[in-house]
Amino acid sequence: MFSFKEVQYKDILNIKNLTIKKHKVTCLVGQSGSGKTTLLRLLNKLISYDSGEILYHNKPLSGINAVELRRDIVMLPQAPAIFSGSIKDNLLIGLKFSERPLPSDNQLYEVLKLVKLNKELNQDAEKLSGGEKQRVTLGRVILMKPEVLLLDEPSSALDEETEYMIIEALVNYTKENNKTLIMVTHSKKVASQFSDEIIEIKEGMVINGEGV
Amino acid sequence: MDGVIELQFWQMVAAYIFVVILLLIVRARGISREKEILIASIRMTVQLVLVGYILVYLFNNINPLNTIIVIVVMEVFAIHNIYKRTKTKLSKALKKIIAISMLFGTLSSLIYFLLIVINISPWYDPRYFIPIAGMLIGNSMTGISLGVTRLVDGMYSERHLIESALMLGATPKMAAKQIVDNAFDAAILPSINSMVGMGIVFLPGMMTGQILSGISPVTAIEYQIAIMLGILGSVALTVILFVQLGYKTFFNEESQLIIGE
Repeated sequence: MFSFKEVQYKDILNIKNLTIKKHKVTCLVGQSGSGKTTLLRLLNKLISYDSGEILYHNKPLSGINAVELRRDIVMLPQAPAIFSGSIKDNLLIGLKFSERPLPSDNQLYEVLKLVKLNKELNQDAEKLSGGEKQRVTLGRVILMKPEVLLLDEPSSALDEETEYMIIEALVNYTKENNKTLIMVTHSKKVASQFSDEIIEIKEGMVINGEGV
Repeated sequence: MDGVIELQFWQMVAAYIFVVILLLIVRARGISREKEILIASIRMTVQLVLVGYILVYLFNNINPLNTIIVIVVMEVFAIHNIYKRTKTKLSKALKKIIAISMLFGTLSSLIYFLLIVINISPWYDPRYFIPIAGMLIGNSMTGISLGVTRLVDGMYSERHLIESALMLGATPKMAAKQIVDNAFDAAILPSINSMVGMGIVFLPGMMTGQILSGISPVTAIEYQIAIMLGILGSVALTVILFVQLGYKTFFNEESQLIIGE
């Protein structure tokens, strides 16, 4: 699905050769500062590499419209992004951004059940706890049904239970819908339990993974 | 109506004595602002005396070139003032947008106003052109300054939210919408507030001046209404142009947020 050829980004990442497979759960592991998040940001086109090429479905990423790409490859950042408004507003905002039809309230409650958030849709999202906010952002992404999900390790402020629940929900989503999940994690346990592939990054270079 | 009471020299002196008394009070109360009050009073006096002479010259030598020079000086000063008053650092691209918005917004409002609403002849008559240009440019300058600060601060403080919106497939326009709207509100609110209080809370300067110079209050009010609408239009147009073009300078052609890298 993704293949990297001699990709260089500043002095942060230098990937000679790497393949990330379709319909799999791939974990990026490595110490903090090794370039894992940068790799996700490159795939989401939030930044552009300086040289080399990343192919997505055999097409160079540099030639794909960034906004279109991000509607297909959605990224969940480390800190939950809550926009001012209700839980409903926050669940729908991704669909609104990508100009897609909106689901009914009943469907939204189904999603809340899925992410284990027992709240009303019209509650103020900004007043939720950190873990609850994270659940809202998770529900929002699931509603968007992206082809590829990029998950940056939920912030350490989060309780372990929520973190585990989020990863599990995303892995289930990926398996059940034949999607692709690429996630950054520091936990070898999480990586070995959930992933089909593990890519290890050290000082911006892939030291263990497909194609190395 | 007997016409205007011309202020005599001793009357001007009396006005200054008023400020001197104020200074004494300020000093007695131990408020350390005498220097600022003194400098501001002197600066105001020098500036106004100079402007007085310049206006006398312009009114005696009516020609299009003079009027154009005055407008250019006003615009340059106003744009420079916006750059100076904004505390955050402005990118080159944003400075360009500020200048374009100011020029286009104020000049088109000014032309519409002078030539269509008031219908002055010749078009460069400095008696109308200069004071009205001053009011439109001055108010637009204040508005855009507020808008610039709010936009730049918003883009920086909300950058994580903006980027998160991009991650969800938002276009830069969608991602920046909230900040753009806030910047517009901040810029336009003072003009709206001053319209609401007009005539009840205070009598606007231009109208007061016209009434003092012996013009019927009805005419003065007509002018005041027209000029307030002109100011509102000019501020709104300038600020809309600025925010609609300005937010784009924070993104590149790949729809990536390019601040703080």
